[in-house]
Amino acid sequence: MGWRWDFAIEILPKMAVATFNTILAAGVGYAIALVVGLFFLLGQRTPSKIINWINREIVEFIRSTPLLIQLFFVYFVLPQFGITLSAWVCGMITIGLHFGTYLSEVYRGALEGVSKTQWEACRALNFSTLYTYRRIVLPQAFPIAIPGMGNYLVGIFKDTPLLSTIGVAELFHAATAVGGYNYRYLEPYTIVGVIFLTLSIPAAMWVRKLEKDVNKAQGKIKK
Amino acid sequence: MTYFEFLNEHGVTLLLGTVTTIKVLVCSMMLYVIISMIFGLMRLSKNLLIQGIATVYIEFFRGTSLLVQLFWAYYVLPFFGISLEAFTAGVVALGLNFGAYGAEIVRAGILAVPRGQWEAAHALNFTPAKRIKRIIIPQIFPIILPPAANLTVELLKATALVALVTVVDLTFEAKQINSITWLSAQCFGTALLIYYIMARFALVPFLRWLEVLAARKVGKEKI
Repeated sequence: MGWRWDFAIEILPKMAVATFNTILAAGVGYAIALVVGLFFLLGQRTPSKIINWINREIVEFIRSTPLLIQLFFVYFVLPQFGITLSAWVCGMITIGLHFGTYLSEVYRGALEGVSKTQWEACRALNFSTLYTYRRIVLPQAFPIAIPGMGNYLVGIFKDTPLLSTIGVAELFHAATAVGGYNYRYLEPYTIVGVIFLTLSIPAAMWVRKLEKDVNKAQGKIKK
Repeated sequence: MTYFEFLNEHGVTLLLGTVTTIKVLVCSMMLYVIISMIFGLMRLSKNLLIQGIATVYIEFFRGTSLLVQLFWAYYVLPFFGISLEAFTAGVVALGLNFGAYGAEIVRAGILAVPRGQWEAAHALNFTPAKRIKRIIIPQIFPIILPPAANLTVELLKATALVALVTVVDLTFEAKQINSITWLSAQCFGTALLIYYIMARFALVPFLRWLEVLAARKVGKEKI
């Protein structure tokens, strides 16, 4: 049983539609993760020691448990408390929470990457904290955060197939459905692999280029 | 049903699943360490063919999703006459996937060893093999272990995916119990806790210990 082109071409339109769903899921999940990361960052930087500690434990817990079980947990447990959400919403919430913890670390690293003297200079110039963040610190921190943020965008994209386990109709789900219906898994799964490659390798290259540009703009050109 | 009754009835099943998870973790860990060493070195080879093979391998496995690779190994390889057992397929897919990430860590680690060390080893007339084995490798461990530790925690989380190719691990058992009892909060909550405990109180301390050991070996007292 070799590769069958006619079958591959026959299922291609279906896969293309599902690819759109995968990209949508990755995009929405990423947008949520970006915001959630900000909240975790806030929890980390508040002066209250107790909030810092709680925040850190939550982040540690989310980061050291599998996304798959978190998905199951959100999908199966919330209905027990009377909250019934669609698979899509559950998936987006879980991905947002999971990768939000990673992004908060990226943000933290970027903020710490801004030299302390910048803060001192702003203090000396009598800038308010808000003004310092807005005009001095964030513009410098953002370029540092870009590579990390890009990496997690690619990371989320590659983790979207997990959503198929709770029934989100994305690319991998479509491949399994098509494969099960025709009892041929070779073509669907291979096409999924190829689609992932063609999307994520350029994305990863783009992130690497961004990283280089950022380093250059910051005057840290590698020899 | 109280939580204790739940544990009384299903605790043993979950623990048995945990044992399988640990088996998967240990096997795939060994595999990925070996693969990353080999491909990390190949990536730095002056021979363009060897370097090209390593680059293609790394880009391929980093560019596609782990779940896709896993399903490919389990459902598609039989089309080519290679039928792997679920456990083997899981370990191989995990090892190959994480080996690709590990190879990049090894490559960066080798590049981080100061040039002078190579030159000194050369000047002392060490053979190339001895240079790598006695001079370079002991020095790369303190450099590569911290990122490798992160990767290994990711590996533990990723082992949950093998449940989807019917390996009876912790995730599989939790899902199974869930479908019998519908006590979702209890079974997925317990599974999350077990993963958390494994990561936070067993795997991470072990990896920290390795880091300290490696640092001490090259005379760097760390922490």
